[in-house]
Amino acid sequence: MSNKDMTKPAKPSFRDRLSPLNQRRLKSFKANRRGYISLWLFLALFLVTLFAELIANDKPLLVSYKGEILSPLMTDYPETKFGGFLPVTDYRDPFIQDEIDANGWILWAPIRYSYKTVNMDLPVPAPAPPSWMLDKEVRCAPFDEGVNDRNCTIGNWNWIGTDDQGRDVLARLIYGFRISVLFGLTLTFFSSIIGVTAGAVQGYFGGLTDLIFQRFIEIWTSVPQLYLLLIIAAIITPSFWILLSILLLFSWVALVGVVRAEFLRARNFEYVSAARALGVSNRTIMLRHLLPNAMVATLTFMPFILNGSITTLTSLDFLGFGLPPGSPSLGELLAQGKKNIEAPWLGITGFLSISIMLSLLIFIGEAVRDAFDPRKTFH
Amino acid sequence: MTKTHSSSPLLSVKDLSVAFMQEGKEQLAVDRISFDLEKGETMALVGESGSGKSVSALSILKLLPYPAASHPSGQVLFDGVDLLNAPDKTLRSVRGNRISMIFQEPMSSLNPLHTVEKQIGEVLSIHHGMGEKQARARVLELLNDVGIREPEKRLKSYPHQLSGGQRQRVMIAMALANEPELLIADEPTTALDVTVQAQILELLRKLQKTHGMALLFITHDLGIVEKLADKVCVMTKGQIVEHGPTEQIFSTPSHAYTKHLLNSEPSGRARPVADDAPIVLETDDLKVWFPIKRGFLRKTVGHIKAVDGISLAIRSGETLGIVGESGSGKTTLGLALLRMISSKGPIVFQGNALDGLDSKAMREKRGDLQIVFQDPFGSLSPRMSIAQIVDEGLEIHAPHLSAQERDAKVVAVLKEVGIDPETRHRYPHEFSGGQRQRISIARAMVLEPKFVMLDEPTSALDMSVQAQVVDLLRDLQAKHDLTYLFISHDLKVVRALSNRVIVMRNGKVVEEGIVERIFDAPETDYTKALMAAALRMETAPEGVVAD
Repeated sequence: MSNKDMTKPAKPSFRDRLSPLNQRRLKSFKANRRGYISLWLFLALFLVTLFAELIANDKPLLVSYKGEILSPLMTDYPETKFGGFLPVTDYRDPFIQDEIDANGWILWAPIRYSYKTVNMDLPVPAPAPPSWMLDKEVRCAPFDEGVNDRNCTIGNWNWIGTDDQGRDVLARLIYGFRISVLFGLTLTFFSSIIGVTAGAVQGYFGGLTDLIFQRFIEIWTSVPQLYLLLIIAAIITPSFWILLSILLLFSWVALVGVVRAEFLRARNFEYVSAARALGVSNRTIMLRHLLPNAMVATLTFMPFILNGSITTLTSLDFLGFGLPPGSPSLGELLAQGKKNIEAPWLGITGFLSISIMLSLLIFIGEAVRDAFDPRKTFH
Repeated sequence: MTKTHSSSPLLSVKDLSVAFMQEGKEQLAVDRISFDLEKGETMALVGESGSGKSVSALSILKLLPYPAASHPSGQVLFDGVDLLNAPDKTLRSVRGNRISMIFQEPMSSLNPLHTVEKQIGEVLSIHHGMGEKQARARVLELLNDVGIREPEKRLKSYPHQLSGGQRQRVMIAMALANEPELLIADEPTTALDVTVQAQILELLRKLQKTHGMALLFITHDLGIVEKLADKVCVMTKGQIVEHGPTEQIFSTPSHAYTKHLLNSEPSGRARPVADDAPIVLETDDLKVWFPIKRGFLRKTVGHIKAVDGISLAIRSGETLGIVGESGSGKTTLGLALLRMISSKGPIVFQGNALDGLDSKAMREKRGDLQIVFQDPFGSLSPRMSIAQIVDEGLEIHAPHLSAQERDAKVVAVLKEVGIDPETRHRYPHEFSGGQRQRISIARAMVLEPKFVMLDEPTSALDMSVQAQVVDLLRDLQAKHDLTYLFISHDLKVVRALSNRVIVMRNGKVVEEGIVERIFDAPETDYTKALMAAALRMETAPEGVVAD
């Protein structure tokens, strides 16, 4: 088993290695136009938000100061570097901007707010409406030189307004989307690993192992998750990873059923008996011969589990038991929308972003399901 | 009901073609076949798998998956009406009424949720609008006709409560319910034991005579054809290559393919073994009992005795054949000998006891004890290339070899079983059934085993391929001095390969002896019935075999 990865002569290319079955699946997936387009849209959104720091940030991307190229994005420079006295530089401060402009230049991100930046120059009390709804005079009134101020630029716009703490909604949306998807993916990844392993062991060994595990899962799933979360949230502040582990305690059971069924079905296949007759170990049989069978069911379920994970996080945030206060989160955005009915941009943004994200994922899930459906034929 | 024109045949197929759309390409499955079938006549459509014989039969009643299937040319004239262009209404009035069909697999062609009475009654109510009472009387009559004993008791049975033979009888009763003029039988006996097959064929012949219907019989088994048919059409690759009266086809075949089919019966005899050859595998009073558990506390109330006290000894280089009907415990015996399932009783392999070894110690022995399975499609993992499949055992039993050395061994063994080693990086689905069985054999042989259990290795294969596999197995045995345990219900193959034979029934040995004696002078009634059914398609007196 040591070096089976060694290159073999005349190894077929990837496309050829894709069995006709998988080629048909790829074709069925592409034939579902809605799902295929959704996949690309979702990937594009995900890729863009992955680099949120480069798009929405209250620190300049690059600064040239006295012949030196600095990147505030990477390093925290103390204000003393630019002639101030604070330990951390606030680049939005006009004093610092004057100093840098006098000795070099500043390259800003397209949106000059991070998710936690409070806009101190709001023309109206927070929550402020989107900047394009305001006249230029009003918009620029807070700045020292009014319309002619250097900071009265498009980079300082609040494209979809601010929330009730004066933070830019678009910046929070970009960061919030990223954290939601990353949280969902991580949770899905870990619950799949645990769920598939548990289902595999149950299905393969069957009998008493299966019986005990099944009863355990029944008891486990009847533990009320939400109350447990409330209690834990009362004791410790849940961080990203703590929240993930708590949710993981319960989300892994989703896949156990299907994987168990696949293993129960396939463990009596002749090629599994053949492998056993060769003396192949149980572990290898499960990994090499049975897991590929269960992957179809697992992959079909995956997008829906991802959706569920994201919804769980959003609803916890909405209730205030999710990520620590101040984190960018779609659930919190919804909660703000509910609190501030007079600022419709909050609720509408929250609704649209969540519904579009979940719809895209469901469409992808449908296409994946189509692709794996053996009865589906395309002419 | 009949308005037959005396001059024209009952069924006349003219220039029929069938094409299937596959991934945008049109594939011709049947290529312009023509045949006529008169009233009361039996015609056999013979061919190997993939020859298009079933597709031809299904298109007579337009039962193919349209629009994926299409008919580029042809006519199917039934009593003067072209069924291919007939409206759905006409077709429905013909299907199950004037033309009926019986299928190969009686388990999946009966609805598992309906009782026997409901299944047969449905046909009667659809086509004759019979009421419940009237229908029941007719159902009883039909069940009687097809030879089901105590039909009153069977009315309320579900398909799973019937044996394979009984299910096929119910299927036939359904097909006969409306006294069809034409019965199409698509391999009706392939899934059945030989003894039951003989009974079903006898029944079909009797019913055909009494009802005067025409019979279109689709099969790959030439023995059945010779016994049953008046006329034969030989099909290969979607074309009818030869047709004519049965005696003529069998005595003076003209086409090369027909000759090939007729000569492809497994032949030859096993290599004789010296009486003092060392005993390779031995067992005494071996038992495999499955407990039957009942009640709240799951108390064991009895046992299903799958293997019940069997003793045997196999000498080096010998082939021991094990024959019997399905459910007789032959495969269970084989699996128990190789410790694939747990059993009671000593198993001694080359002087070492196998029973009592734990699974790890047993794993090391597995290289010497190999299995070739029945289904060449199920026994190869679809997601591994054949090189990986053959190599898998080497990884475990020859871990000291490098990847190149193992690859060399894989190449050598594939060459030995007659597979081009250049194709070793392909996947199993790219090979035919016979080639796949060769690959399964290569997987066992690459480990250089002493003992190989062959579990019906030829029964899923076409006749001509069977003979080749038998020859291959015999060559390999001579070359490597292998010992075989050969399990099969196909007695012709057993005769060609075995030195000794054990006849099993209900987990027990009925008769045991050298192959010539068992075949030529069987002693027990059961063995006699088995031989008559398998070799001459004759039915046994009632009570000797199951129905």
